[in-house]
Amino acid sequence: MKKVRYTSIDGRGGFYALLGVLGLFILAGLGAAYYMEHNGHWVTGMDNQTVWGLPHVFAVFLIVAASGALNVASIGTVFGKAPYKPLARLSAVLAVALLVGGLVVLLLDLGRPDRLIVAMTYYNFKSIFAWNIILYTGFMGFVAIYLWTMMDRTVRKYYKLAGFTAFIWRLILTTGTGSIFGFLVGRQGYDAAIMAPMFVVMSFSFGLAIFLLVLMAAYDWTGRPLGEALLMRLKNLLGVFVAGALYFVIVFHLTNLYATEHHDWEKFILMGESVHTKVFWLGQVLLGSLVPLGILYSKAGRSRAWIAVASALVILGGFATMWVTIIGGQSFPLVLFPGMEVVSSGYFDDVAYHTYSPSFPELVLGLGGVAVALIAVVVAVKVLNLLPSSLADADVDPHHKG
Amino acid sequence: MSDPKKETMDQGRRRFLGAGAAAAATIAPGVTLMQVASAKPDDQPVSDKNRWGLLIDTTKCASGCDACVQACNEEFNLQPQHGPRTDPHWIRKVEVRDTATGRTFSLPMMCQHCENPPCADVCPTGASFRRDDGIVLVDRHICIGCRYCMMACPYKARSFVHEEIPEEDKNVNAPRGKGCVEACTLCVHRVDKGRQPACVEACNGDGHKAMIFGDLKDPGSEISRELKKYPSTQIRADLRLNPGVFYKGI
Repeated sequence: MKKVRYTSIDGRGGFYALLGVLGLFILAGLGAAYYMEHNGHWVTGMDNQTVWGLPHVFAVFLIVAASGALNVASIGTVFGKAPYKPLARLSAVLAVALLVGGLVVLLLDLGRPDRLIVAMTYYNFKSIFAWNIILYTGFMGFVAIYLWTMMDRTVRKYYKLAGFTAFIWRLILTTGTGSIFGFLVGRQGYDAAIMAPMFVVMSFSFGLAIFLLVLMAAYDWTGRPLGEALLMRLKNLLGVFVAGALYFVIVFHLTNLYATEHHDWEKFILMGESVHTKVFWLGQVLLGSLVPLGILYSKAGRSRAWIAVASALVILGGFATMWVTIIGGQSFPLVLFPGMEVVSSGYFDDVAYHTYSPSFPELVLGLGGVAVALIAVVVAVKVLNLLPSSLADADVDPHHKG
Repeated sequence: MSDPKKETMDQGRRRFLGAGAAAAATIAPGVTLMQVASAKPDDQPVSDKNRWGLLIDTTKCASGCDACVQACNEEFNLQPQHGPRTDPHWIRKVEVRDTATGRTFSLPMMCQHCENPPCADVCPTGASFRRDDGIVLVDRHICIGCRYCMMACPYKARSFVHEEIPEEDKNVNAPRGKGCVEACTLCVHRVDKGRQPACVEACNGDGHKAMIFGDLKDPGSEISRELKKYPSTQIRADLRLNPGVFYKGI
């Protein structure tokens, strides 16, 4: 194995075109946020029944994926797998970038985003949301230190420690994100301890899918070699993570199906007439899990194009998962009187389910968050020496037999 | 800040009312109609010696009557704006049918003023809080509008202010503003002055008398005596949040 040489990208015409396109998405996102804040949330599809809408689907997806994107670095540092080490810098930067993208969306969807300083100065330590504010800022700090230990020889001795800390912190962070839903006692779709580990495994899957796409795009667009064996390792790992996430989804629903009190909720998600049932089966299970598994573990999985398709489908499935979890969870009416039915109500307690149609500005805000994450990565690979000049198998894997 | 002269006047009035209530209690013990005697003077902090609550008799609550809802909307000037999905609902009427027996009943739903409120648990800034006397409120100065409390509330008791509130609709009884979450305050502005919540007053005024307001910690209060005498329940009592709102006839 040769010594890995990290260089920044040249960044000519295509680079600036990409910056321009992402910049436009960011501007549009800011415009959408301004429009929604200026008028109030009534211009969105959200209401007092569905209080978290499409922006939360984007934000939570990005935050979950952020912690997962760090995994590639962790596998190198914490588990000592040499072929992953050259990827660690990109992995760390992508992780922070995705988190920032998600947080921007979350912040701009607040009723009072101007009160950010309040959120940073008033803490209710019983609130999982308050813990998350600390977990997010801590994550950025620890990953930045981790990256520093990778890039600066003078602090190299702290590399292992920083890698371990970031790895443990990211596990806590995703536990916190899952618990935002797991701790909600009053709603049928949440209130389950399994949501925390389920989110952790989902983060492995979503984060790696994004990492793979970013890696392949970066190496393809800059004409740098990317080894076949390395890619095979990564795509096989993605398959394991996708299967793992699906396993947690199955256990979550099986547990609910066993308990009579959750039958109505399960019927609503698994066999209901709402859009959430379709999003669950088609988006989350079929396109987001089974098809990518089929691609990754078949002959097609040897093709870069198919690996990219599988990764894109995992990301699509991730959005579907967040939709079903966040929107579907709120769509099912609160059970106010177990064993009884609400005949009529002055406030939609008597409906089979609450409907929600996202507005265009919500979508634009969400996409703006994605653009923030991507532009941060694009700028970072230009200004920092993050990408190895070559990821050819002979250059990265000491055990590679060419 | 409030006017010191007015405070003195208020205190005088309070002393007078307090003395009146004490006299009423002496003349006819156990027949007090109002809880004026336990109202705290403005210059004293809220204390956990009281816990304010409601008892709602669903057998007296008339189907189709929404006097309580109207009174609340009037008290806080809650005006419809862009449709029922986003309009504020601090209290609503609900008709329920027992699927096993076919029995139906009607009741008002509002913030249940839990002893362990999930809204306050999840609020990142502490804007959602429970006063020592059991009233659950939102501090509009530090609410960031994240709506996590609305996700956590098992009663859908809270509303998010989805639009600008016109200047002429603003009301001194509760500050309201776009982008914050709000809910029933148990008419804290009235309770602190020894008065009954607007919904209770309206229900009594209508002759239904389905709602009793009072101090759950005062064994002599009408609400405590009724609760001791007759069976009652709390909505979603299984969650063990110990709401301050009790219902009879569910």
